[in-house]
Amino acid sequence: MKKILIIMSFLLIGISVQAQKKNAKVSIEVDGVCMMCKKRIEKAALSTKGVKFASWDMKTHQLSLILDERKTNIKTVQKNVAAAGHDTKGIKATEHAYNSVSPCCKYRDPEVVKNHNKGGQ
Amino acid sequence: MKKIIISILFLIPSLTFGQSILKGMIMDRSYPEGNQGVEGVTVFWLNTNVGTSTNEKGWFSIPYKEEYKKLVISYVGYRTDTISISSAETIHHFITPENELDEVQITSRKEATQKSFLQTANTFTVNSEELLKAACCNLAESFETNPSIDVNFSDALTGTRQIQMLGLKSPYLLITQENIPSIRGAAQVFGLTFTPGTWVESIQVTKGAGSVINGYESISGQINAELVKPFTDNKFFLNAYGSLGGRLELNTHFNERVSDKWQTGLYVHGNYRGQKFDRNDDGFLDFPLANQINVMNRWQYTDAEKGWVSFINLRYMDDSKQTGQMDYNPNTDRVLPGAVLSGVEVWGGEIDTKRLDASAKLGYVFPELPFQSFGFQFAYSNHQQDSYFGQRIYNIEHQSVYSNFLFSSIIGDTRNKFTTGLTFTHDGYNELVELTSFTRVENSIGGFFEYAYDNIENFSFNAGVRIDSHNLLGTFVTPRIHLRYVPWEKATLRLSAGQGRKSTNIFAENQQLFSSARQIDIRSTGGNIYGLNPEVAWNYGISYLQGFRLSEQKGNITFDFYRTQFQNQVVVDWENPQQISFYNLEGESYANSFQVEVNYSLIEDLDLRVAYKYYDIEIDYSNGRLSKPLVPNHRFFANIGYETQKQLKGSQWKFDLTYNWIGEQRLPNTSTNPVQYQLGDNAESYSLLNAQITKVFSDKFELYLGGENLTNMRQKNPILASDNPFGNNFDSTIVYAPIFGRMFYSGLRFKID
Repeated sequence: MKKILIIMSFLLIGISVQAQKKNAKVSIEVDGVCMMCKKRIEKAALSTKGVKFASWDMKTHQLSLILDERKTNIKTVQKNVAAAGHDTKGIKATEHAYNSVSPCCKYRDPEVVKNHNKGGQ
Repeated sequence: MKKIIISILFLIPSLTFGQSILKGMIMDRSYPEGNQGVEGVTVFWLNTNVGTSTNEKGWFSIPYKEEYKKLVISYVGYRTDTISISSAETIHHFITPENELDEVQITSRKEATQKSFLQTANTFTVNSEELLKAACCNLAESFETNPSIDVNFSDALTGTRQIQMLGLKSPYLLITQENIPSIRGAAQVFGLTFTPGTWVESIQVTKGAGSVINGYESISGQINAELVKPFTDNKFFLNAYGSLGGRLELNTHFNERVSDKWQTGLYVHGNYRGQKFDRNDDGFLDFPLANQINVMNRWQYTDAEKGWVSFINLRYMDDSKQTGQMDYNPNTDRVLPGAVLSGVEVWGGEIDTKRLDASAKLGYVFPELPFQSFGFQFAYSNHQQDSYFGQRIYNIEHQSVYSNFLFSSIIGDTRNKFTTGLTFTHDGYNELVELTSFTRVENSIGGFFEYAYDNIENFSFNAGVRIDSHNLLGTFVTPRIHLRYVPWEKATLRLSAGQGRKSTNIFAENQQLFSSARQIDIRSTGGNIYGLNPEVAWNYGISYLQGFRLSEQKGNITFDFYRTQFQNQVVVDWENPQQISFYNLEGESYANSFQVEVNYSLIEDLDLRVAYKYYDIEIDYSNGRLSKPLVPNHRFFANIGYETQKQLKGSQWKFDLTYNWIGEQRLPNTSTNPVQYQLGDNAESYSLLNAQITKVFSDKFELYLGGENLTNMRQKNPILASDNPFGNNFDSTIVYAPIFGRMFYSGLRFKID
């Protein structure tokens, strides 16, 4: 019985420290249009120390992340993705960063977006 | 142990704590920029009364229970979406305006053989579409439309085809079935014919060293066959095939859902050849009489939510072949070893094979960590071949156990992945070779670690190493590495290097020797395997793939250069026509191969594939260096495929034409034979042409008609001394061209989803 109590108390501790999860799953909105964007976005996210997994969905514009909350946070990831030229929900890319993406990736240009949609994605 | 169980029990509720509400936001696909929520969208659980609608910001919250799996999202003027939910995690969903559906969807046609620009190793996938181009009949014949793999005839009697890659035949290639080594040991020669073609879902071919995960045996490459799976295969499938060469085949698949998570499939194959042919008038059957029954039962378990997948396979195969002279009757004409010959005997042989396979696989992907998984594979097989060829007896029994445990995860992030694990194998052989028996047990245990790096942009590599401890091969290290670099757009440069080693089943791998009068000569040096040493070789390769667009059509070109350098080889020496000798390599042995291949769509739906291959294979025999016999230096390959556009109900026509030019081949030395049994130094070059037409009537039914070897190319005298099969010059092992000539076939496929 005593053992069980010990285990339980450990588990409770486990739950209480979950506020800073080692493998936190989060999803953020990132703007982009094509497979090249996907590479750039995922690379920028993964280059952030503490980000373990990054997958950007071209259709939903969702960037799914698994990150270590003790080492990083969503803000930092958003900052890095924006620095690579892609708008995120919180932080927009600077004009300078946006200009660095290749012409086919100019997601702010409705003409480019339209062309990509036509391709059947 | 108890403690662990208790703590796991406690963990389960803590994972599902407080997750009784699912929250989410619904947005409009037609205005993705602002990510504005849509108000008033109806959200409810499928087949329940539990529902709600979104607030002014597009948000909703809805009670969540684990039984709820499908969430329906509907809004006037928009498409109704049903999405799968596996946890109470917040969702974001875009709804699509209805009218967007009417837009023409442009889908690009998938190639039947896909060259990968992304994979680190030089791997290409042959999918079912390509496999259908060679309608007949088993794994050995699945490579006819593939220039990287050569199909050779092993002898003039059994009709067996052997495959070669980089100029080295199948023992140097690791052939796996769903990543479990399968065509090896006793099954080396006939094994490919024991996997019916309709069972194969796709084939992955890796040139060069390969991965360390599946063992140390592969030298020139790996071929993996994925079988059809109960969850994805048709509910019912029927294939019937008949050829004017007297071959009949029947394949049926039944797949049945047992429960939500279990699905089972029963696959039955039978083939029969009862008609006798002797088109070249040498008195011998051109093809053996044959029949085979092959039954497989698969069970597949999938629990996507919890991350478990499992396969259980059971298979039994019984194959018998009769070969030899036309009027040979095995019941009355068999000549036993040592019998005194009167001169009226009829020469014949029989090969009976029974094989039992059982295997299980279990895989687990951590639901919270999609990059982390473990897997366990276990396979058992019992292979028994009883055979005789004239007076020569060859029996082999091979029991094999293979088990592999692997764990994959990341270091830091998904750019750095690794797989590590443990392998245990056991092989027990019992052979009767004429009057001598050989028994051998091989056990090995090994550990491996493979690291894969990918910078997501233009560079990746795999580096693997394994250490194995083997009772006959000793303890040894096997390193392998693959690199991939993208120098510019649509280009991929690959490098590979690696080592492999294997023990050689000299009789099983060279069974054709029994259909000859050649005496067996083993030059033992006291090694552990028939007195010989294990084979060890390095393989190095470089490959360059460039995609291009020419007058609006897509294409690619590949240059491959590979070299296999043997440190030790069991040399198989056919250079004395009265003998076959096995001895350890003294000196050098290498195989260089160069290939250039172009794939190009000439016009929409018309695909062209052209390849040229050059082989330079030299071995230091005991009488000096020679090129390997029966391997052409030059080969040319071309394939044209055309498909008409799919009509309503899926009907279409498919046409396929394959041309092969096989250059001059060096023949084994026959100069000491009597003049009438001499063959000369080289076999002349020749061409082969195959064609097939398929008419698809609907998604359910199709018919095909084809012709093999349309130019009717035949080897004139495939059997030396066929007039005196019990004499000293009888030899059916020198085969460099087809025996049968032109042959037509037809078949049908019927499927119900």
